[in-house]
Amino acid sequence: MSGSLDSRSTMKRYVYINDDLSKDLYCDNHISNRKYNVLNFLPKNLWEQFRRFMNIYFLLIACLELWSLITPVSPATTWGPLILIFAVSATKEAWDDYNRYLLDKQANEKEVWVVKQGVKKLIQAQDIHVGDIVWLHENDEVPCDLVLLGTSDIQGVCYVETAALDGETDLKTRVIPSACAGIASEMLHKIKGVIECPNPDNDIRRFDANLRLFPPFTDNDLCPLTINNTMLQSCYLRNTGWACGAAVYTGNETKLGMSRGVPEPKLTAVDAMIDKLTQAIFLFQIVVVVVLGTAGNVWKEIEARKQWYVLYPNEGPWYELLVIPLRFELLCSIMIPISLKVSLDIVKSLYANFIDWDQEMYDHETSTPSHATNTAISEDLGQVDYILTDKTGTLTENKMIFRRCCINGIFYGNESGDALKDPLLINAVATNSPDVILFLMVMAICNTVIPTKSKNGSIIYKAQSQDEDALVRAAAHLHLAFVNKSGNILEINLNGAVLLYEILETLEFTYERKRMSVVVKNCQTGKIILLSKGADEAILPLACSGQQIGAFVEAVEQYSQLGLRTLCLAWRELKEDEYQEWSSLFKEAKTTLVDRERRLAEVCQRLENNLEILGITAIEDRLQDGVPETIETLRKAGINFWMLTGDKQNTAMQIAVLCHFISPEPKGQLLLINGQTEDEVSSSLKKALLTMRITTSEPKDVAFVVDGWALEIVLNNYREAFTELAILSRTAICCRVTPSQKAQLVKLLKSLDYRILAIGDGGNDVKMIQQADIGVGISGREGLQAARAADYSIGKFRFLKRLILVHGRYSYNRTAFLSQYSFYKSLLICFIQIFFSFISGISGTSLFNSVSLMAYNVFYTSFPVLVSVLDKDLSERTVMQHPEIFSYCQAGRLLNPITFAGWFGRSLFHALVVFLITIHAYAYEKSEMEELSMVALSGCIWLQAFVVTMETNSFTVPQHLAIWGNLAAFYVINFIFSALPTSEMYMIMFQLCRQPSYWIAIFMTVAVGIGPVLALKYFRCTYRPTAIDILQQAEHMGRRILSLGNVNPHPRSLDEEVAPLAITQPKNCSPVYEPLLSDSPTATSRSICNNSI
Amino acid sequence: MAPKGATSSGGGDDASAARRNSDKPKYSRFTQQELPACKPILTPGLVITAFIFIGIIFVPIGLASLSASERVVEIVDRYDKDCIPENYSKNMVEFIQSNETDKSCSRTLTVPKLMKSPVYVYYQLDNFYQNHRRYVKSRSDKQLMSNTYAHETSTCAPEDTTANGLPIVPCGLVAWSLFNDTYGFSVNNKVLEVNKKNIAWKSDQDHKFGSDVFPKNFQSGGLIGGAKLDLSKPLSEQEDLIVWMRTAALPTFRKLYGKIEVDLEANQKITVLIQNNYNTYGFEGKKKLVLSTTSWIGGKNDFLGMAYLTIGGLCLFLALGFLATYVIKPRPLGDPSFLSWNKNPSGSFNLG
Repeated sequence: MSGSLDSRSTMKRYVYINDDLSKDLYCDNHISNRKYNVLNFLPKNLWEQFRRFMNIYFLLIACLELWSLITPVSPATTWGPLILIFAVSATKEAWDDYNRYLLDKQANEKEVWVVKQGVKKLIQAQDIHVGDIVWLHENDEVPCDLVLLGTSDIQGVCYVETAALDGETDLKTRVIPSACAGIASEMLHKIKGVIECPNPDNDIRRFDANLRLFPPFTDNDLCPLTINNTMLQSCYLRNTGWACGAAVYTGNETKLGMSRGVPEPKLTAVDAMIDKLTQAIFLFQIVVVVVLGTAGNVWKEIEARKQWYVLYPNEGPWYELLVIPLRFELLCSIMIPISLKVSLDIVKSLYANFIDWDQEMYDHETSTPSHATNTAISEDLGQVDYILTDKTGTLTENKMIFRRCCINGIFYGNESGDALKDPLLINAVATNSPDVILFLMVMAICNTVIPTKSKNGSIIYKAQSQDEDALVRAAAHLHLAFVNKSGNILEINLNGAVLLYEILETLEFTYERKRMSVVVKNCQTGKIILLSKGADEAILPLACSGQQIGAFVEAVEQYSQLGLRTLCLAWRELKEDEYQEWSSLFKEAKTTLVDRERRLAEVCQRLENNLEILGITAIEDRLQDGVPETIETLRKAGINFWMLTGDKQNTAMQIAVLCHFISPEPKGQLLLINGQTEDEVSSSLKKALLTMRITTSEPKDVAFVVDGWALEIVLNNYREAFTELAILSRTAICCRVTPSQKAQLVKLLKSLDYRILAIGDGGNDVKMIQQADIGVGISGREGLQAARAADYSIGKFRFLKRLILVHGRYSYNRTAFLSQYSFYKSLLICFIQIFFSFISGISGTSLFNSVSLMAYNVFYTSFPVLVSVLDKDLSERTVMQHPEIFSYCQAGRLLNPITFAGWFGRSLFHALVVFLITIHAYAYEKSEMEELSMVALSGCIWLQAFVVTMETNSFTVPQHLAIWGNLAAFYVINFIFSALPTSEMYMIMFQLCRQPSYWIAIFMTVAVGIGPVLALKYFRCTYRPTAIDILQQAEHMGRRILSLGNVNPHPRSLDEEVAPLAITQPKNCSPVYEPLLSDSPTATSRSICNNSI
Repeated sequence: MAPKGATSSGGGDDASAARRNSDKPKYSRFTQQELPACKPILTPGLVITAFIFIGIIFVPIGLASLSASERVVEIVDRYDKDCIPENYSKNMVEFIQSNETDKSCSRTLTVPKLMKSPVYVYYQLDNFYQNHRRYVKSRSDKQLMSNTYAHETSTCAPEDTTANGLPIVPCGLVAWSLFNDTYGFSVNNKVLEVNKKNIAWKSDQDHKFGSDVFPKNFQSGGLIGGAKLDLSKPLSEQEDLIVWMRTAALPTFRKLYGKIEVDLEANQKITVLIQNNYNTYGFEGKKKLVLSTTSWIGGKNDFLGMAYLTIGGLCLFLALGFLATYVIKPRPLGDPSFLSWNKNPSGSFNLG
């Protein structure tokens, strides 16, 4: 109450139930996720496109080209592609927006029952207004945020599934406000009142409001409302006949709508690198323009004035000095490939499609294909440094199965691994062994499970906790079935006999108590018993003094080693008067207003003692198929794994061991960072850091474990030390962390310039997924929220391996080639223009005509390189066998300033070759401008074809078609232009093709241009091979590619010797500047580290 | 299957499973990135063979080109300096610009070898920037094409219109600066006919220069550039102009003047009477008269032949070099022990 009073100052909204007082004040329930409408599309879209620097640049160039004094070629050469590019982007945006519109429309036009001013009618969801009473039936989706007023349940309870909101699939209980209790359903139509609530926000866990019903319904008292009294938009009503509520937030103002921010567009590392290179080329261009412009002006003064035929006027206009530099600016503007953005968009969407189409990433179990929601960041998958993973549902199946148990010192299920099939246990149940029956009883009724009968008569359990669900079903399987619950009476079927129990009290589970208990009365005998279950550390100390608990401790130990989730079960018989005495205390505590939870815990403690331990259950949350292998492979690939889970430390560590995340002692070492106070945490952090610094030199698998509480302290006060720890440690386990802490960790690692991939399945992972460079959601069994927020959704964790190693790696390789090649081809033609300017009086003449220049970027050079998206340097199998190869793209060794310098040099060399051969072969009487320009252009096109051939690793039919077909198309296009009498190049191509000297010159250009490249490449492949070359060769030889284990019978000893290499640079983040011809030890230190783990 | 899962979807489970099954990606070799591919790698055999092959192809082509070029007989005579009288040698520009001076000049050329007809007569200009941007753009192709576009002179500045606004046909600097030296050939005082027909491209005559376009207001301004045109002949028949207007891409170029359609015997002395009108003195340009036969590869140009021989030789040399290194220092391909992560740093880093 006090809380709601304090926050009254921030409350702004008064909702009058069943009244249209607030109708015009607040928006209706029309949902809109659209960015544009028909009217503002063009201006808004253009504005957005012009926020990109490159677009402004090209527009400026295009405008300059309209000035005929300076334009070297027709303005169409820039306008054409520019308009095309804009049209393509705009069309894509329009299409996306149209799809959003369709989705919105579907939601908006859904029909719901609504009471408006006392009249119940069926209206479209978008016409709901604040204050209306919305009537929902079982399995209906909640159309807007409601405050619950009534349900079909007498107790005023209903169940909602919030998966779409927070990803949690268990049913949540929602209750009507106390003020509404006991109102008959017919009366709900007439209910009137006012809800005082805060302005819309996006906090789905908080709703601090007040309700006051108007007479005659209540005594006009304020009734506090919490999130438990609400049903939020996008939830589903389950297990409840009907429920109704007053709309408080509608349309885009709902909790869901408010949290649906437009995510920041993600920029990949490759994109950032391309931007950097573009800027470098831009600077280079400016230098060229300034130098040539100055030289041109000087030459004009010294030489051109003497060339009488040029007829330079003595007095020029004021801008005369600018004319030549501007001409060069336009001439050099092709240095930056205008088609790059479009090409990248095309190939990126193709990468995304390859992911969507991949049958090997199709989950047969849930029939979900993988999907790339964000089509723009596939290359980043190839550069992942860290994977931050959720545990439950991501690594595990989130499918709890009762596996083993230990009852009174006897282990069941140890042989077969399944206690339900253990004949001993089945036998014990059949013979009504009292210990076993009691044990099963606790399993069956010490919980909050609700059994319901389905249509075909079988019993279906509704459980908030997956563990309870598993226990109840296991008990049922062992012929102790929890059949029905009506009110407080539980009906149990034991071997065919019906037993009735009355629940007297439920001592609820809290994270502090780590246990729960029920007090039940046997309806036949009238005996009152206390049944408890909980974590071993919460139950075992409460054992009655006489009992030996050694066997149970051993059982817990044994089960934990197997990665099973353990629960300890216990019971105690209560005397009637003992119960009565305690009951009054408990009732008092339940009604306490101050510090209720602590008081309750104290009271519970009074009853929960002197327990007789019954045994231990072991529940398996099975690891998903292939998780250990996937993690192992990805770690070999040089990717670090962090596990972030909301689960408790023990379970997290068990799972971590199970999936080869960490190794058990002595190979692995876990550094705990914990403590209750700041000092304790800080000292344990220091200790961990110290150990970590020492052990980086040892081939030891060191990981740190931190819990949410310690993490909070560490992140607030010891950020630097933690950062160092994060850098040193390849593995970490963070347990009991909140969603925002997960996001904080992502942010921390991101700030260290690592590429982060976050993978999760639930709503609590959404923040982390959105924060990470790449968010991956596991779709299928769990809610779809994570998958919706993610950039990629996959059906199973193991698909991650293929997503990263195959799709990510190929995408990176392909984009690296495509982008550099695009610069290469643009630079090539630009360098030729620059060389030509030296023999044309530095006056800015274009050697190539407009048609050629425009077609060069759009037709002649774009298809072969686009088809290179089919290129595979190594087969998928080889990559999977040698995940270490991933470090090449992870470290960005295929696209960085050095490789770019190589391409730059190559374009310079090729431009020189083309230019020199052309002007010498076509000298004197053959030096006609159009002919010479076509010879040079043909030389470029031929070189392009061979460069693509050289750089292609695998040739498929489309690639051959594109490369050679493109060459043929070049001639066809030019023959067509040569056949048009009006064109500048009329007859030129026909004449050229008849001249032997043309062909001789072209072949020479190819030989001189490609020969040295081929020789160098051969030399490098043979004598300085990179790992990629070696694997390619091995693949080619058809030799069985040996993995490390086969090469060396004792890999461990080898690794120990290798490991010290890693000391100097444990995380070599920038092997970019390593010589690319060899594998220097430091460049691969990461992959070496991998083996040592 | 968790029970709640069964209830939540209820009876629709089968239907949705069936629907979802259609989500399964369709199989095709393209979508699975499994198109059959050939993956050539640079094995020593392949590379050495390729280089030997290139070498073997290039050397004969080089020899053929070179011999073709060698067979071309060419006489080049630079006359710009020698055709200036002694007294003007300090003042060449004044000489060439003056209307009074006698520009005729006689040169004697010796035929070194038999020159089979047709013998092409070229003039060669050096250091003349026909490719200068201001120059190369100063023309109107439309105007040249048809009489109806006579006023299309906007691109022709500064030679677009006369002082009183009439369009110049043909307009622009290119036409204005038409070369105007003439040559008369004689052998033993017998006039040697120079055929000036068909020296321009047929396609230009037919399509680029209209038969209804006649020169108008040409070279009528204060500043005379080059040659004047015969006002009675349409542009399509002004072949010298057509040749000139095929602008050269290089500052040194030759343009066809005419053809001598008789064989020239070796050691014949040819007298050339030159009308030295064209001003190359203002910008240190050179003028040369060239007589040349032709071959399948064109005029005399050793570049291609020499380059082919060099490249062919280099390729053979490289191939031998690669072969030698391959024999002396064989290196197994695709040996996984070379993989950096398989390498044993303490032992054999320098394998092979």
